[in-house]
Amino acid sequence: MKSIKDLVPMVKLEERLFLASKGEIHTLASSSPSRILRELSRKNAFYFFTSVGNYTGHRAMSLEEFATIIREVEAVSLAFHLYRGDFEKWSDEVLEDHELTERIRAVKLLEPVGNALRDQLDFTVTNRLEELKGTQ
Amino acid sequence: MKLKNQAVSLDTLDWQILQSIQENSKQTYSEVGRQLGVAHSTVYDRIKKLEKSGVIKKWTVDIDPEQLGINYITARMTVYTDPKESENVAKKLSESKEVLEVSMSLSEELLILAKVFARDQEVLHSFIAKTVAPLQGVLRIRTSIITKKIKEERFLIEQK
Repeated sequence: MKSIKDLVPMVKLEERLFLASKGEIHTLASSSPSRILRELSRKNAFYFFTSVGNYTGHRAMSLEEFATIIREVEAVSLAFHLYRGDFEKWSDEVLEDHELTERIRAVKLLEPVGNALRDQLDFTVTNRLEELKGTQ
Repeated sequence: MKLKNQAVSLDTLDWQILQSIQENSKQTYSEVGRQLGVAHSTVYDRIKKLEKSGVIKKWTVDIDPEQLGINYITARMTVYTDPKESENVAKKLSESKEVLEVSMSLSEELLILAKVFARDQEVLHSFIAKTVAPLQGVLRIRTSIITKKIKEERFLIEQK
């Protein structure tokens, strides 16, 4: 199986912003790190389900909580949301982090299952979280 | 007919009328009267009293959406809540048009049981994820989508 590192260019955020400012890359600009890392309302939180209508009781009210829950929640829940596109949608529409959205989309293309899925999502989200924290 | 804070007291004729209209609420007062050997005006008066006292809650019709080509799914949802918030969660669920029934169970732990109606699984999931899960005090939700109905009847009340 290909590694997430082969598909997702882990270029530092500052470098991407620099390249974007020079017009060398054209990605949809994400919101500011502080906005992406903000505390969300209950309405905008991410609720983890294992299947249609079956809520695990885990909810993420920030990207940081999201990263923590990925390590704790049942793998079946991660698969349910990844392949429905729920993570991408939340990242894009609620967090407004288009960079993370692209990276999650890349994870989906790898079609990981079980703990490989957890590890790749964990790697992707934690990495992005650290980048964002580093720029604050 | 009704004493304060007590059950409504009915005589035999009231019970017979109730039984008759439970089986077929489309009957005329005259038809019910003929069946029970009383005047249609007596049936009318008794039914009005039963309505006024709240024994008859409403007159309705049971439509089968499938016959109209309306596809839908129903699901039984069990909502585990923080006991302090359960009344509020039940109230909020009752206010949703997607929820057809709400009840509470205290058998082992406090649960809210609800019957939910939706156009398809995606709409059902969206309702539960966006409306039910975010309610204050909701701890977990288990949902069973009904795939086949074997029997569905209303409870017919009979004289004690």
